Amino acid sequence: MTAPTVPTDSLGHAITVADSDDVLVVEAADGSRWELVCGLEVHAELATETKMFSGAPNHFGDDPNTNIDPVTLGLPGTLPVVNQQAVELAARFGCAVGATVQRSVFSRKNYFYPDMPKNFQISQYDQPIVVDGRLELPSGHVVGIERAHLEEDTGKSTHVGGAGRIKGAEYSLVDYNRAGVPLLEIVSRPHVRSAEQARQYVAELRSILVACGISDGKMEEGSMRVDANISVRREGSDELRTRCEIKNVNSLRSLVRAIEYEARRQADLHASGGTVTQETRHWDESDGRTHTMRSKEEADDYRYFPEPDLVPVDLGAERVAEIAAALPVLPSARRHRLADVTGEPATAEAVVVTVERGQDDQALAAIDQGADAGRVLVHVVQNLAVDGGAELAPERLAELVKLETAGDLTATQAKQVLAELVADPAATAAGVAKAKGFEAMDTGALESIVDGVIAANPAEWEQFCAGDDKARKKLSGFFTGQIMKASKGQADGRAVAQLLAQKSAG
Amino acid sequence: MPAHISRDDVAHVAKLARLSLGDDELDTFTAQLGAILDHAEDVEALDLADVPPTSHPFDLVNVLRADQPGPTLTPDDALAGAPQAEDGRFRVPTILGEAP
Amino acid sequence: MTAPSTAIELAAAIRSGERSAADVVEAHLAAIEASEPSIHAFNTVTADQARAAAADVDRAIAAGEPVGPLAGVPVAVKDNLCTDGVATTCSSRILEGWVPPYDATVVQRLAAAGAVTVGKTNLDEFAMGSSTENSAFGPTRNPVDLSRVPGGSSGGSAAAVAAGFAPLSLGSDTGGSIRQPAAFCGVVGVKPTYGLVSRYGLIAFASSLDQVGPFATTVADAALLLEVIAGHDPADATSLPKPAPAISEHLDDGVAGLRVGVISELMGEGIDPAIAAQVRAAAEALAAAGAEVTEVSVPAVTFGLSAYYLIAPAEASSNLARFDGVRYGLRVDAPTTNEMMVATRTQGFGPEVKRRIMLGTYALSAGYYDAFYGQAQKVRTLIARDFAAAYQDVDVLLSPTTPTTAFALGAIEDPLTMYLNDTCTIPTNLAGDAAMSVPFGTDAAGLPVGVQVLAPALGEEPMFRAAAVVEAAAPARSTGKDA
Repeated sequence: MTAPTVPTDSLGHAITVADSDDVLVVEAADGSRWELVCGLEVHAELATETKMFSGAPNHFGDDPNTNIDPVTLGLPGTLPVVNQQAVELAARFGCAVGATVQRSVFSRKNYFYPDMPKNFQISQYDQPIVVDGRLELPSGHVVGIERAHLEEDTGKSTHVGGAGRIKGAEYSLVDYNRAGVPLLEIVSRPHVRSAEQARQYVAELRSILVACGISDGKMEEGSMRVDANISVRREGSDELRTRCEIKNVNSLRSLVRAIEYEARRQADLHASGGTVTQETRHWDESDGRTHTMRSKEEADDYRYFPEPDLVPVDLGAERVAEIAAALPVLPSARRHRLADVTGEPATAEAVVVTVERGQDDQALAAIDQGADAGRVLVHVVQNLAVDGGAELAPERLAELVKLETAGDLTATQAKQVLAELVADPAATAAGVAKAKGFEAMDTGALESIVDGVIAANPAEWEQFCAGDDKARKKLSGFFTGQIMKASKGQADGRAVAQLLAQKSAG
Repeated sequence: MPAHISRDDVAHVAKLARLSLGDDELDTFTAQLGAILDHAEDVEALDLADVPPTSHPFDLVNVLRADQPGPTLTPDDALAGAPQAEDGRFRVPTILGEAP
Repeated sequence: MTAPSTAIELAAAIRSGERSAADVVEAHLAAIEASEPSIHAFNTVTADQARAAAADVDRAIAAGEPVGPLAGVPVAVKDNLCTDGVATTCSSRILEGWVPPYDATVVQRLAAAGAVTVGKTNLDEFAMGSSTENSAFGPTRNPVDLSRVPGGSSGGSAAAVAAGFAPLSLGSDTGGSIRQPAAFCGVVGVKPTYGLVSRYGLIAFASSLDQVGPFATTVADAALLLEVIAGHDPADATSLPKPAPAISEHLDDGVAGLRVGVISELMGEGIDPAIAAQVRAAAEALAAAGAEVTEVSVPAVTFGLSAYYLIAPAEASSNLARFDGVRYGLRVDAPTTNEMMVATRTQGFGPEVKRRIMLGTYALSAGYYDAFYGQAQKVRTLIARDFAAAYQDVDVLLSPTTPTTAFALGAIEDPLTMYLNDTCTIPTNLAGDAAMSVPFGTDAAGLPVGVQVLAPALGEEPMFRAAAVVEAAAPARSTGKDA
């Protein structure tokens, strides 16, 4: 066999590295500069009732070896049968990322490991169900998705002795509850160019998986696991250098740290004349480093071949179109929708955060009822990021914002009222405001406070009236502060500004 | 025509297959596997570039199972055949490396 | 004694109350007790369970309850089919001590039909072999001639029927493992269309080739047993979405107008002339009964053996990976899990199983896949195409089942020579079609000869009709059943 002249991916397509205006560049000790090239493999456990190939329950956290049947245990004579819902969920994902959902074939990946009951994993190899998708990050950067394929999860080993780590353990105990849980392995193209993009990619993927009911996306329970394929190259070059696969990244924070660490490690190695070996490395959260697990030279030869116990899966264009039509509105479309309504850019943090938290429908409904879009977003982002905040009825939020913009409540008061509304779903904004004595100060009362503050500070007032814009601005802050203090926070900022302007002009 | 399989190949394959072969067995298997592979030369020599492979006798597709829970084994049944069990789990000796 | 001996006769006698199921099972257990020590057809005789099952049948009949078509009929089951609560060994040390917690689908169907399982039969370890000499528990002997092998891998099931231990048995056929021992032991053996019978609970050898099928003393009995076990099973994704075929009702319809082709490639070199002569005699009998007999060419069958010995070991190497000492069966202790797996597999598998695991692992390994496994899968396409072309012109095909009659124990030591036994049977497995062996006379030494009747996928009905005519025309054999 001859080596291919152009590096290709698992589907035989030429590998392309995406450009970006956000590229992580690390400087090696000798001053040479190296840029990151990264692709991500995300394993998502599918939200099915049962396992990929049998009717045993797919459920996390149960007593060991309770969610198993003869198929899960790979008992002699048992046969797999594909879970229809797992196929549908994979197709749903394909549609959500604009990919092709194609005829797919299961293969066997052969290797020995005690957590794998058959000592082969049924997985899709050269004919995955999903190919050629794309994911637009909140920043606008687009990451290509090479493929997504269905496979089965493995069991879990607990190591006894040696501080519970595999190394130095006396023996291990295996629980096969997780074995056979349906997994969707989602493989990105090497289009991730910074640690922040990696974070956004995984967060965005998670929102899509959750929004579409494909997976619960819980990284902490291992239902979403991330491996990063990392290499670096000289800044501005278009070379492809040896990559390492980083495993055991259990949170978004670890992902960012692991990428930054590994890019620096490789840059230093290249710069010092060393060689990066193609290998799998293990991220260690405690020391903040990656460690070699095994080099590819000694890697198993997986001896893939078509799974003879299963037949191909082909949903057909019609069914795929139905699945696509039934998709919910996806995060990127939701950001654009919220951006259009609020007039903010789709990349604005308030927009991204609101959608990420799934509170955009709440915000849009409040705005739809006539509440000021800007104030709604501020409240959602700043004051409704609490337990129960997302459940607040849009009507209550709209009512509150209207009171605020009408000058009946100050920003400070609005925040306090909002907290009450979240705590008591039966309460109304007007009712809470009244109960707390947050009544709008009448103009007469406010005017007398303003007059009192002016009288107490004649020199400052003179400067205010005579000063240029800069001086006026500075002193307006001073007077507003004094008036607020005198009114015990009851004064409305806009009314105060208006009165100060009138009196200085008069 | 060079031999189809060398002694080193046989040793490598044994490692992949988790079998341990003595020196004599290595020699025997090298000769026997070589003879079988020689016999397969007729197949190796055919020009089949345009012939699609058959991995299945029939063109079935979409044999799928509804996502409905079925019966499970009790932990006792599951562990009944275990050479060694502890704490509701299958016990194995030290594992030397992470899964690939 | 003129006791009825076929399954159909026994079932009728039991249903009518002429004989009790208990009486029938005792008679067969007595036969087993008398001759089993010299034959060794069984790994396990399930006498107690058989007696209990027979008692259930008798109770049901006494109570006037409806019973299945095989009510009270003893059946032997190959020991690679899982039986709930009864050890299932595949004649391998590696499954030592393992008792399945579930029944194979075919075992469930036998029970539902009222059949009484009398035991689990010996086989070449993991069904890999053509003589049943590869059993870890010792060889089975051919009841026709105890110095000879019964064939394999379903040698125990063939011998059990030939010895009268049970009128019916189940075997599995991956490359001839039902038909070849049927021919050697002088009984009927059927390899059904791939997917017609569920594989759930059949411990896999080569998944894309394995098929469960019946042994019987008559074609009609074999048809009845096939009807009981056939039909779609949702637990086997490769099971055809078809009901069991209606074979028995057409068994006596004859072969007038049926087009029969004798496969020319399987009548010459390497075939014992005495066997070829019997195949020609069977063809003449079919012609005499009104069939149109011609000679046809199926050129790619000559590549069958090579393709098979790449594909079957490849699948086997993966199927047998699960035997590692972790979850069930044998464990040989060692300090690390990897060493334990190696020690267990090295001690637990016999030489033929190791040989095939090695061959299959090699055929799938990086750099060789295209040359070996990939190429063999293409040859499979050629063979299927050539059969399909032949079946354009004929309804069934005819050939010898085996190149030779039963050989002596220990006579064949070279693996490749042993594999040549399967030359005539392998192509059908590769194509996924149906075929069966019907006893037809003997060679000069008086050893049984099997004639193979082949049919396209789901062609069981005409195949059995032709087989019935061949059976009726078969020369009497002195060593046959109740003379």
